[in-house]
Amino acid sequence: MTGNAIDIRDLTKAFGANRVLRGVNLSLPAGKVTVLMGANGAGKSTLVKVLSGVHRRDGGEIHLFGKPYDPVSPSAAMAQGVVTVHQSINDGVIPDLDVAANLMLDELARPGSGFFYNRRKVRAQAREIAARIGLDVDIARPVSELPLAERQLVAIARAMAHKPKLLILDEPTSSLSAAEAQRLFALVERLRDSGVAILYISHRMSDIRRLADRIISMRDGVIAGVFEETPLDYEGAVNAMLGHGLTSIELTVQPAGKTVLELRDMRLKPASRPFSLALRENEITAITGLVGAGKTLLANIIFGLERPHAGRMYLDGRPHEPASAGQAVQRGIFMCPKDRASNAVFADFDITRNITLPFVGRYAPFAAFINTRRERQKARQMIETLSIVCQSERDNIMTLSGGNQQKVMVARWLSEPPRVLVLDEPFQGVDIKARRDIGEKIRATAQARATLVLVSEMDEALEVADRIIVMSDHTIAGDHVNHQPDLDLILAQVAGNAAAPAA
Amino acid sequence: MNDKKQQDATGIPAAGRAKPALSGIDFAIRYGFLILLAGLLIFFSMATSGFASPRSAVFIFQSVAITGILALGVTFTLVVDGFDLSIGSTATSALMLSAYVLVVWEMNAYVAVAACLAMGALIGLVNGLLIVKTKVPDLLATLGMMFLLVGLQRIPTQGRSIATGMHLPDGSVARGTFPPEFLALGRHRLDFFIPDLIPLSVVILVVIAIAVWLILERTRHGRLMYAIGSNERAAALAGVNVARYKIVAYMISGVLASIGGILLAARLGRGDIASGNNLLLDSVAAALIGFAVLGAAKPNAFGTAIGALFVGILLQGLTMMNAPYYTQDFVKGAVLVVALVFTFALTGRRGKQ
Repeated sequence: MTGNAIDIRDLTKAFGANRVLRGVNLSLPAGKVTVLMGANGAGKSTLVKVLSGVHRRDGGEIHLFGKPYDPVSPSAAMAQGVVTVHQSINDGVIPDLDVAANLMLDELARPGSGFFYNRRKVRAQAREIAARIGLDVDIARPVSELPLAERQLVAIARAMAHKPKLLILDEPTSSLSAAEAQRLFALVERLRDSGVAILYISHRMSDIRRLADRIISMRDGVIAGVFEETPLDYEGAVNAMLGHGLTSIELTVQPAGKTVLELRDMRLKPASRPFSLALRENEITAITGLVGAGKTLLANIIFGLERPHAGRMYLDGRPHEPASAGQAVQRGIFMCPKDRASNAVFADFDITRNITLPFVGRYAPFAAFINTRRERQKARQMIETLSIVCQSERDNIMTLSGGNQQKVMVARWLSEPPRVLVLDEPFQGVDIKARRDIGEKIRATAQARATLVLVSEMDEALEVADRIIVMSDHTIAGDHVNHQPDLDLILAQVAGNAAAPAA
Repeated sequence: MNDKKQQDATGIPAAGRAKPALSGIDFAIRYGFLILLAGLLIFFSMATSGFASPRSAVFIFQSVAITGILALGVTFTLVVDGFDLSIGSTATSALMLSAYVLVVWEMNAYVAVAACLAMGALIGLVNGLLIVKTKVPDLLATLGMMFLLVGLQRIPTQGRSIATGMHLPDGSVARGTFPPEFLALGRHRLDFFIPDLIPLSVVILVVIAIAVWLILERTRHGRLMYAIGSNERAAALAGVNVARYKIVAYMISGVLASIGGILLAARLGRGDIASGNNLLLDSVAAALIGFAVLGAAKPNAFGTAIGALFVGILLQGLTMMNAPYYTQDFVKGAVLVVALVFTFALTGRRGKQ
C-alpha cells in the first residue's frame, strides 16, 4: 500500500504557558523511513507523545489512513496500529518477567484475553514473534538478566507484536553497540518494505545516513524543513534544525604538557591484553570504541569505583589507588558520568545546588553553615561561561532542556579546577548546539589538567580531542593524533579487525 | 528552607512570571496548610472559651513535645529516602530501660539518660547496617527492629511494668526510685512571664527542632543528605559517602526516639509497659504532614514541627469542644490524607512540564 499513513494538520500542544507544538503540519508515507531531527526542546518528544496517546492534543487534526485519529491513551494508539518504542528502555520492558511474558504483555493486558495464564501457549506465541523479527534470546529468561542492548531489542520486538502500521522509534540506538544496531536497522528495513510507515528519531548522523528515506527537521515547535529528494541533503537538514549554518570545527592540536596520570601495565580483565597510557596536561584524550569495549570500566577504575585486574596508576608521580569516588574527588580526579538522569542529576535541586554539590563544603567556612550567596554567585558564573539557558540560578534542574541539563552537569565538574577530568559520554542525548558549547568549553579550560573524554561516536571524538585512542576488547587498539587522522584505520580498530599496533 | 523564605520575599512575582496560569495553585500549595492552621486557631478561639490562653498554648506544645521529637528523627531518615518504623518501639524501650536503670539497678539519673541515648544510637546503627550493608529494604529492616524491640523490652521484667516496690523474677523487691532530677525532665516548668509556665520538655523540643532545621537546611551535611534522597547513585558518583550518611541518619533517628522515651518516662514516673502505643503513627503522620507545609513536597524540619503542632491544635480544640476521645485517631488520619493529597496531587501537577 502506498499513500500517507498519517496526516497531521496544525497540531498544537501547550503545557501551561509553554507552547511546545505551534502548528505542526506533517505527513508520513507508508513504506518509508522518515527521520525526525530537532534540537532538544524543539518538540520532538511532545509530538511523539501526542501520536502515541500519552498526551492529548490541544488543537489541529490527525488522520490515520484517512480516518480521524485521536488516541486517548497509549493502548488506544496501539489498538489503531500506532506503536512507539520509547527512548528509555525500561519503559518498554518489565524486568522481573521473562522474555515471553514481555513479548506478550499487551496481549495479556487486553481485556477479555482470558483469566488463566497459559504458559505454554504464551511461550509458543512469543517464540513465533521472536522468530519473525530474528530476535535470538532464550524466551524463558527474565529480562532483568539480559544485557541492556537485548532488552532494547525485546522492547522493539514487543512493539512489533502489534503488527504496527506506524512505528515510532525514539532514539532506539542510543544504548546499542554497532552490531546490535545493524540488527535493528535490518529489522527496520524489513518493516519498511512490508509497508509500515516509520518515524525514526535520532541524533546520530550514522543512523540517519543509513536509514533515512526522508528527513524532517523540527525547530521551536514547527516543521522547519522537509528533505526527500535523493541524494538527501543532510547538511540542509541540520541547518534547518539549528536555524543557522554549521561550520565544521577548526581544531588545532595543542602541545601536551607534563604527565598527570600514568597507567602502567593495566589489565582490565583477566584475559585482556595489558596496556600503558599517559594522560598529560593541556591534552584532551578521547577514547572511542564500541559499547562494552571497556571505556566505562577504565573510567570507573581511575575514579575509584572499580579495581583493575592488574596494573598500577600514578597521579603526578605518586601511586594512585583510590579506595572510593570520594577519595578520587579529593585528589582532583573528577568524573562526569554518562546517563545523567540516573547518574548525575538531582531532580529535587535547583541549578545552583546541582553545580556545587560535590564541593559544597567549600561554601561552608569552618565546616559551619553554607554561604548560599557565594554558592549562587558561583552558579551564576558557571551559567554564564557555559551559556546555560535558564531564567535564574534558582530554576529547578528539571525545567531545563536535556542539553542544558548536561551543561549543568559539566559545569559541576568545571566549577573547581581538576587535575584529571573524565567525561563519560558528555554528548549523550544532547543537541548539536549544546554539544558545540560543551566541547568548546572543555577545550578552552584544558590547560592545567589532563582530560579524558569517552565517546562512542567518532564525530564527537574528532570534534573535541587532541588525541584519539581506540579501545577494543578491554585494551588499547589504536592511538592517533587528531590531525588528519586515518579514519578508515580508526574504524577498523574500533571494529576490532585491525592488526595490533606495531609499536 | 532559608532559600524558600528568601524566595517568598522576592519570589512571588518570579513564580508568577514562570507559570502565570498556575499562580493560584502555586499559592495554595505554598500557603494552603498555614492558612488552614490559622483558620483552625481562629475557629477554636471563637468557638470555645479558654482555647486562646497561654496555658492552653503550653498544653498543646506539651502534648506534641514527644511525638514532635520522634517526628524530627523520622525526618532525617525520610531525607535520605529511607524510613524508620522502629522509632515508637525505640522510645518505649528507652522508657523501660530508664526505669530499669533507676528502679532495679538503683543508679542515678545521669546513668539512665546516658544508657538510653547509647541504646538509641546502637539501635540506629544496627538499622543502618542492616539497610546499607545487608541491603534489607528500609521498611522491612525497621519493621523487624520494631518487633524485636517490642519483645525485648518485656523480657527482663517478664512482661510487667516497672515501679518502685515491684517484685523481681529472682524474688527480691526493687527498691530504687525515680530521682527528682530525672522527673524534672518531664514535669518541671520554667517561668516565662507567668510562673511555672513552660515545661522543660517543650524547651527540649524547640531546641532540637532548631538544631535539626539548621543541620538539614544550612550545613553541608544536610545538603548531602538531601542529595542522597534525591538521587543516591548521583550522590555516590559525586564522591559522597552514602553509606555513612545513611547510617548516621538512622542513628540520629534512634537517639531522638530515645530522648522521646526518656521524656515519657519522666512524665509517667514509672516504666509503663503499655504506654507509647501511638508514638509511631503520630510522629510519622507529623513528618508526612510536614511535606505539605510551604509546598516543600519533601521532608523538612520546619514542616515536621508545624505538622506536629497542627495535630496537637486540632486535638486540643476538638477536646475543648467535647469531641469524644475515640474520634481522635480518625481526625489524625483524615488530616494526614488531606496533607498527602496536598503534597502529591497538587505539587505533582506543578512538577510536570
